Amino acid sequence: MKTETLATTPVKEAPARRTNFYKDHEGMILGGGAVVLVLAAWEAAWQHGRAYSLDAEPMISALFFTGPSAVLGALRETWASGQLPSDLIHSGGNFVVGFTAALAAGVVLGIVIGWFRTVRLLLDPFLNAFYATPRIALVPLIIIMFGIGRLPAIVIVFLSAFFPILINTIVGVKTIDDDLLKAARSFCASHMQIFTTVALPGSVPFILTGVRQGVAHGLIGVVVSEMFVGGEGIGFMIAYSGQTFATERIFLGVAIMAGAGILLTSAAERLQAHFSRWRPER
Amino acid sequence: MNKLDIQNVSKRYWLERESREVPACEGVTLSVADGEFVAIVGPSGCGKTTLLNIVAGLLPYEEGHVRIDGERVEGPGVDRAVVFQHASLLPWRTITGNVRYGMELHGRFAKPEIERRTERFIRMVGLQGFERAYPSEISGGMQQRVNLARALASDPKVLLMDEPFAALDAQTREFMQAELLKIWRQARKTVLFITHQINEAVYLADRVVVMSSRPGRIKDVFDIPFARPRALELKRDPRFLAIEDRIWKLIEEESESILAGGASEPAAPGA
Ligand SMILES: Nc1ncnc2c1ncn2[C@@H]1O[C@H](COP(=O)(O)OP(=O)(O)OP(=O)(O)O)[C@@H](O)[C@H]1O
Ligand SMILES: [Mg+2]
Repeated sequence: MKTETLATTPVKEAPARRTNFYKDHEGMILGGGAVVLVLAAWEAAWQHGRAYSLDAEPMISALFFTGPSAVLGALRETWASGQLPSDLIHSGGNFVVGFTAALAAGVVLGIVIGWFRTVRLLLDPFLNAFYATPRIALVPLIIIMFGIGRLPAIVIVFLSAFFPILINTIVGVKTIDDDLLKAARSFCASHMQIFTTVALPGSVPFILTGVRQGVAHGLIGVVVSEMFVGGEGIGFMIAYSGQTFATERIFLGVAIMAGAGILLTSAAERLQAHFSRWRPER
Repeated sequence: MNKLDIQNVSKRYWLERESREVPACEGVTLSVADGEFVAIVGPSGCGKTTLLNIVAGLLPYEEGHVRIDGERVEGPGVDRAVVFQHASLLPWRTITGNVRYGMELHGRFAKPEIERRTERFIRMVGLQGFERAYPSEISGGMQQRVNLARALASDPKVLLMDEPFAALDAQTREFMQAELLKIWRQARKTVLFITHQINEAVYLADRVVVMSSRPGRIKDVFDIPFARPRALELKRDPRFLAIEDRIWKLIEEESESILAGGASEPAAPGA
């Protein structure tokens, strides 16, 4: 009875494992080290170039180029003047409102479209057309329709994040294992039970892939909409600094957006890993 | 009284692409007594799965009757449970979550009762210690045991099994056969068991039904006389081998008639 003895040893027992600080944090150490190195080299090149610019023939003009220390200076300056916090709040608000609406609408509609074949066939041509159009191309139209102010920016964020979430949710619902549906039906599952016990949990990993893409697209939406609409926000700060040749502020805006992107995508990734822990390791 | 009555059931599939009908089974009549273990064997594609799905209420049928306790089958019911060839476990639920799944859907048991039964049937199939594992973390044989526990825990009167051990290796399979008989002796369910393996059918069943090639009809029924409990050594008993051999010959004839008739299935090696 070999199998019986096998059956009494729990499978989930963690194997004894020696911890090694470097191995556990390899990604952070190597990645972080590389970033520090590049920043240092950049700063050195910028300082070096600036020193020469005291000559008649400057190698680097502050108009076209800047360095980490100058960007840091811009951060301190704009933060102290209260300009940066208010821009951050403005952009963050646009993103949160637009993205939340996109998440709710994308998941609900995605499940309905994925579940009902007829609905899918009816909407498919529109979805494909919309998905293929760069949403940025619609910005002028949206500004005409929604006027000036926050609303058009929020609508643009919404549209940017909505489609990736929608499309991924549809795929998730569509690819649900037929065998699981059959098993559920054999136990007399109602439509509602099939939905909550099979369709929804089965599509969660796909929905979260959509969320990750939606975050990235939504951030683009924030910047682009504010560049067009103007007035306030990080996107506006970048556009305005460009017109006034405040190079270090452009860099500051770009760095903020990059940071927001890294933060939000890694949060979405962590969420995805959490909800996919039942998946076989690949 | 018969638990399960299959009367003159025929089923045709409509092939959309070729716009023609394919008969899957024809005029199948079979009665299974309460607590009886009946196995069905037959060449591939003869309509065994079709028949089982009809009894399970997963497939509509136009001709004939399927009755359980005298009542016509119109869809899935709490009186039946299916053990599919593929374990069909919810990959995002733990073993515990999967075993209780059928009971949750049925809604027949109160929560504490569900807990008790879940624990009991996990123990019955020998999976204690794995309650919190996910299906991807256990072996195929263990998954099939979860599948069995899920079906049994929902307390069906009739257990329908479609080649539940087909995907397992020879040793695990033998072990599972012995386990199944042990569980069946305790639980006393009526069982309809489909398999490709003749010696599995003879070892497990009270009666073995042999189906003809497509469209599947019942070709012959063998009473299996061996006393229970049956040891695995029974499979090497000359009387066992004699019955196995007779069924083999019958199926061989059928398979040859498929090949001679130029059916669409590819030829199996070693006729
Ligand atoms: N969904 C379907 N649509 C059309 N034809 C089908 C369908 N399912 C089965 N068939 C046909 O009906 C016949 C019987 O199929 P079934 O799956 O019941 O056979 P089986 O005896 O279970 O075969 P196997 O032993 O290989 O599992 C097959 O020849 C197959 O071509
Ligand atoms: Mg089959």
